Amino acid sequence: MVYDQAYARRAKGDLLLSLRGVSKQFGAVTALSDIELDVRAGEVVALVGDNGAGKSTLVKVLAGVHQPTAGTIEYLGQTVTLDTPGKALELGIATVFQDLALCENLDVVANLFLGHEVSPWRLDEVQMEVRAWTLLQELAARIPSVREPIASLSGGQRQTVAIARSLLLDPQIIMLDEPTAALGVAQTAEVLNLIERVRDRGHGVILISHNMEDVRAVADRIVVLRLGRNNGIFTNDNSHEELVAAITGASDNSVSRRAARKLDEPAHESIGDAR
Amino acid sequence: MNETAPKPPPSGNLDRGDTRVRHDVGIRGAVRSFLDRVQSGDLGMLPVFVGLLIISTVFSALNPIFLAPNNLVNLLFDAAAVGLIALGIVCVLLLGEIDLSIGSMSGLSSALLGVLWVQKGLPIPLAIAGAIAAGALTGMTYGLLRNRFEMPSFVATLAGLLALLGMQLYILGPTGSVNLPFASPLVRFGQIYIMPMWLSYLMAIIPGVLMIVGGMRTMKRRADANLSSSGMSVVVLKAVVLTAALLFAVWYLGMGRGVPWMFAVFVLFVVIMDYALRRTKWGRSLFAVGGNAEAARRSGINVKRVRLSAFVVCSSFAALGGVFAASRLASASQQAGTGDVNLNAIAAAVIGGTSLFGGRGSAWSALLGVLVIQAISNGLTLLNLSSSLRYMITGGVLAIAVIVDSLARRSRASHGRA
Repeated sequence: MVYDQAYARRAKGDLLLSLRGVSKQFGAVTALSDIELDVRAGEVVALVGDNGAGKSTLVKVLAGVHQPTAGTIEYLGQTVTLDTPGKALELGIATVFQDLALCENLDVVANLFLGHEVSPWRLDEVQMEVRAWTLLQELAARIPSVREPIASLSGGQRQTVAIARSLLLDPQIIMLDEPTAALGVAQTAEVLNLIERVRDRGHGVILISHNMEDVRAVADRIVVLRLGRNNGIFTNDNSHEELVAAITGASDNSVSRRAARKLDEPAHESIGDAR
Repeated sequence: MNETAPKPPPSGNLDRGDTRVRHDVGIRGAVRSFLDRVQSGDLGMLPVFVGLLIISTVFSALNPIFLAPNNLVNLLFDAAAVGLIALGIVCVLLLGEIDLSIGSMSGLSSALLGVLWVQKGLPIPLAIAGAIAAGALTGMTYGLLRNRFEMPSFVATLAGLLALLGMQLYILGPTGSVNLPFASPLVRFGQIYIMPMWLSYLMAIIPGVLMIVGGMRTMKRRADANLSSSGMSVVVLKAVVLTAALLFAVWYLGMGRGVPWMFAVFVLFVVIMDYALRRTKWGRSLFAVGGNAEAARRSGINVKRVRLSAFVVCSSFAALGGVFAASRLASASQQAGTGDVNLNAIAAAVIGGTSLFGGRGSAWSALLGVLVIQAISNGLTLLNLSSSLRYMITGGVLAIAVIVDSLARRSRASHGRA
């Protein structure tokens, strides 16, 4: 069974997933070309890039939604084909999509175990509740009650439930698509803490985000995509400007020009005053 | 979020770690959380009790016979058929779909029963099985139309309403009705068979005992697993109240003919469906698909199969309801299943607390709702009102039930309850 392989958690730093020369074409459009990506256990890899850089396509390839047109995906040292979402999940690659896909009318326990209930003909609510609390406490997640419907939870709490649900099958790798996009300041911090705890449990984390601050706060490596190609791998040591330059493809870009204009502005005003 | 981290819980229970949550313990806690729920629009079974109270006050004031034991026995006889149909529609409503052809389905099923049994001479069980198989087949068709062609269920079943009615007329032939023999067990089941009193009393006590035993077992398991529970006092109180109410009901009905077997069989089906909906993976997936089909799909639930199963269960129950109706009337006629049967069954489920918008409901809503609907219909019959007025009033009741459902849903949304 594939599960046995997945359940043995790898030691920190072991290579979990490596993509070599992965390309994806939609008709005449090349969404991804020659992508290289490594994910190790206990590591947060951030995937950043502008709109249309190919982040979502790459996520969907790894989630088994799209099949690459070329290239190999090596998972735990073996070449694998991720032809269905179920296959990816079974191998141990879990995805938390941006719309969390929770059932608002069901409580937290029911959502966590949805589709994987304990004893299908006589649901074991007690055991499910215990496992839910254990998992949430391991993540130091703050959910007031697991017997409340999801509708009563805040955005951050829902994100927590969605992440916890993806961890229930004990995947090797968890992919988070824009986990902080809809969250406030405090809730973002909570989710970032959660990501660090998931990493410390030994999972490999792939984080897709537009928010450079969040990315720099938690990522061990930052992989930049641009127009469907790798455009450099950065760490927190690299400056913000270098990152932006890699994302936009030039050091003279709209972001840098805007920054420069901001610097100049006081001077303009003082000229105006002098007149 | 803030710096004051939640204190370790005094009781040490797994689920008591968060100090922000109020934990309602004991009877006072139960009352408080009940009031909270009602205020936020989670009405539960409240509309049923209010409705029954109003109905019985008004009708018994207009005609004292309404509350006479034997009238109530008749009411229970009449309720079983529509109740079964309502039980089926609960499954479909949970998905946020609808089946408008349940009336026609029950009519077709009673016609099939009459033709297969009386005209073709098949044994009764075989004829009943044939009728239910026709129901299952119809449900499968609706499921396929919904899954394959994305046909909205309300259009598919509206088409089905007409097609099934046509089939009913076709198989009944030019005579238009089949009389079922009065001496047969099936008709006696629908008109005469009454539970013995000792059995009725036993049946009235069993639910309370099961509640207490089950409650104690759950509490012990939760305590073993280091989870909190809200205490036995509430469970005991509920069990005592329920047992007292059931014993009173049996005693009161016993002053007349007693509890009909037909109604007891209906209640048995409600109990089975309640278990299926609450305690099995299938039931959980119905709620999940009704709440968020995309989420259910991504959790690995086969949404199409769940939909198909719901339509099959619904139409099969409608067929069984048709068999019950035929045995109650001792005939299978062109009128069976027409008129207000459709809407009565849907109204019963909605009045009982099953939402038309999907994701909320229970098997008990069919039982409680059908009592309300049947009480209204029975009371209006006692007043000798023409069917024109009865239709108008039943239509009004359905409208009110749906309005209550919509308002409660809006209130729940603003109070953060699904």
